[in-house]
Amino acid sequence: MADITIYSARKIITMNPARPFVTHVAVREGRILGVGSLEELQGWGAYELDERFNDKVIMPGLVEGHSHAMEGTLWRYTYVGFFDRMDPDGKKWSGAKDIEAVIQRLSEANDALDDPEAPLPGWSLDPIYFNNERVSREQLDRVSTTRPVGILHASGHIMNVNSKALEMAGLLKPGLNNPGIPLGADGLPTGELKGPDVMTPVGLHVGFDRDMLAADERGLIDFAKLCVRSGVTTATDLAARLPDEAVSMMTKVTARDNFPARIVSLRFHHGVTPEELIDHAKLLKTKSSDRLRLGMIKIVVDGSIQGFSARLRWPGYYNGATNGLWYIAPEHLRFILNAALRDGLHVHTHTNGDEATELVLDCMEEGLLAHPSPDHRFTLQHCQLADRAQFRRMAKLGMCVNLFANHHFYWGDEHYNLTVGPERATRMNACASALEHGVPMAIHSDAPITPLGPLFTAWAAVNRLTVSGRTQGEAEKISVADALYAITLGAAYTLKLDGEVGSIETGKCADFAILEDDPESVDPGDLKDVGVWGTVQGGRIFQASAL
Amino acid sequence: MTDGLIQTPVTILGGYLGAGKTTLVNHLLRNADGKRLAILVNDFGDIAIDADLIEAQSDDIISLSGGCVCCSYGNDLFMAMSDLAKMEPAPDLVVLEASGVALPGAIASSVSLLPDYCVEGIVVLADSETVRTRASDKYIGDTILRQLSDADILVMNKADLVDQDARASTLKWLREVSDGCRVIETQHAQVDPQILLLAIGDGTGANYSDAQPAHASQHATKFLEVSEPVEVQEFAEALLNGDPNLVRAKGFVPSHEGGLMTLQITGERIDISAAPAGAKPGLVTISLRNTQTARSA
Repeated sequence: MADITIYSARKIITMNPARPFVTHVAVREGRILGVGSLEELQGWGAYELDERFNDKVIMPGLVEGHSHAMEGTLWRYTYVGFFDRMDPDGKKWSGAKDIEAVIQRLSEANDALDDPEAPLPGWSLDPIYFNNERVSREQLDRVSTTRPVGILHASGHIMNVNSKALEMAGLLKPGLNNPGIPLGADGLPTGELKGPDVMTPVGLHVGFDRDMLAADERGLIDFAKLCVRSGVTTATDLAARLPDEAVSMMTKVTARDNFPARIVSLRFHHGVTPEELIDHAKLLKTKSSDRLRLGMIKIVVDGSIQGFSARLRWPGYYNGATNGLWYIAPEHLRFILNAALRDGLHVHTHTNGDEATELVLDCMEEGLLAHPSPDHRFTLQHCQLADRAQFRRMAKLGMCVNLFANHHFYWGDEHYNLTVGPERATRMNACASALEHGVPMAIHSDAPITPLGPLFTAWAAVNRLTVSGRTQGEAEKISVADALYAITLGAAYTLKLDGEVGSIETGKCADFAILEDDPESVDPGDLKDVGVWGTVQGGRIFQASAL
Repeated sequence: MTDGLIQTPVTILGGYLGAGKTTLVNHLLRNADGKRLAILVNDFGDIAIDADLIEAQSDDIISLSGGCVCCSYGNDLFMAMSDLAKMEPAPDLVVLEASGVALPGAIASSVSLLPDYCVEGIVVLADSETVRTRASDKYIGDTILRQLSDADILVMNKADLVDQDARASTLKWLREVSDGCRVIETQHAQVDPQILLLAIGDGTGANYSDAQPAHASQHATKFLEVSEPVEVQEFAEALLNGDPNLVRAKGFVPSHEGGLMTLQITGERIDISAAPAGAKPGLVTISLRNTQTARSA
């Protein structure tokens, strides 16, 4: 008989309505043997009582349904974001509150480098918090004139670089005529580069190289550390190419005894034919392991709202911008959804704009007539602008939704004033509508676009505050209980993992978030500040401060 | 502009799914005629290369006998182009097949930022049978229209699959939505390779005079002497206005401001830059013959 450990805690929130709160949980072989009182659990046989969590609150391990493992990789670059943010090693980087602070932060990183020509990449700049004052190349030249310096914006859609970087890319010259490259009074680029098409060629020179988007071994380990620090035991890596060598590396790394998270990595549709995509997903499915789940597909249908590349229905963007871009042809989308329904593959679709969402709903309606699939759980990711008619369709079609609650906080003011205008901004990421219509719902961070941290995400959905402190969309607020469900069973359901994780009940994985306080009883405005001691994953204990 | 830097010309092929981009790529590869082409495709999906032409193949690159290569860029076009720039010797022409939903003008705008490349032109294909239906599709319609309006040259493909009336009305419609773009009618995307490969020369212009069209019936190639200095932009516009069938021109023209300029015309696109040292005045033009030609005067 394997060893039984019984953990006692101040409170255990199980997410199982039959026993919603208990004081003890018994664990054997990495799985939950049972929950209840100590007396109830003693019947399982000899045990060891572990009281280290006596003053803690235990929740089911949190599930991040939309993140990217590259969050782990980005921390190798200098963080210059506006908000305080914790790195994988637990160091809290204070937010850079003005451009001077950004320059200061980069200058410190500059001083720490020996090679005067080595590139210096920074990340998470967001000028909207500096009254939209733009960073110029002259300002970044104060950091260095000998090395290329570049900062990726928090949105991921804009970059600022210094003169050296422009020079290396051959762009420090007059006469450029490209909407993505604003020019200064001197006729030369200001150093701001808008959109991936102009960022990428320069990004290569400032150290954002080809491996940036894929997490390497160290990046994956760092990502998992961030999971522990935010109470996450299952996290998605939502868009990966997953070539053989990456799969081998990820399989090896996640199998290590001290790897603390379950990673669900979805195959990105781009770069292969729809037929190849389906074949690759089938192959990947066979390589799945406990801590590396493979075989799901991610389709990116459109761009982003703040980048004006999302596909919107009439009347389009509030500021009159041209409608956005399709990142997949409707025929290909239809083919992949049909083939996946036919072959039992599981698809998540990125749709930011409501026209993109409508197209997916149309394709699903058609696909489901051809290939009825009673439990497909295809999930609309982001789905930020869906209206109630679309939620009604999702419900009928058996679709799930994973709404971008964090976005509402970080860019809600921008959406209100600029991108979609007050009415639609007020109902964006409509969590209450989703639940009202019975659409299974998760909420997400899209880390690294916003920081990994489901308790923050829950706070955002509950309070719907924007950065400026306005409550935007009172009617779409959800309860704390609904939000906690969304970051556990809700997200697990969209991954078809709700039978394994997401609640604390007999037979499921011993995956716990160990919290310093009770998210159900703190003021809802303080939900984001509930401390995370660490996690238990598969029965293994990971203390954040000891990583 | 180029400061003596050798830039590899890039022709961008755009158009929606089924328009014939891949067929055109296959056609070019079979008719490269000693030219070293680098073909960039989103994926290898429908590229059909005779096995005996393949010298080596890896995940992302197929090397062909005769020095042509075919590369798939997947989700990273700029990485692929940056890798391609290291190829020795550089290819004579890069043909970049855009994905079916991409806006070729946006790609051209970005490619023109890369110091190793210059944009030769944007060729957009349209499927005669379906283009108008697609252009009114509620999801994809505006994308189709943006692609068509990005074109320097439009290829109205599968013209054999529609009747005369539909052909004429589609032709008229294509000109309207593209603001008067020059249109080549084809079947099976059999665009005369000369029209796309004219870009390739040794920089002196001399080789153009004896260029023999591979499909003499499709176009007329002429060599123009230009000995007197001209205002180059006006000269180019006059060439285009004077010959509604002109689709390509390349050569060297003395400028009234002094010096010799390289002049390139690809459909509606006019590019003027300083001529390389040793260039001799003269211009090659390619005009479609009437049966293949699609521009009302």
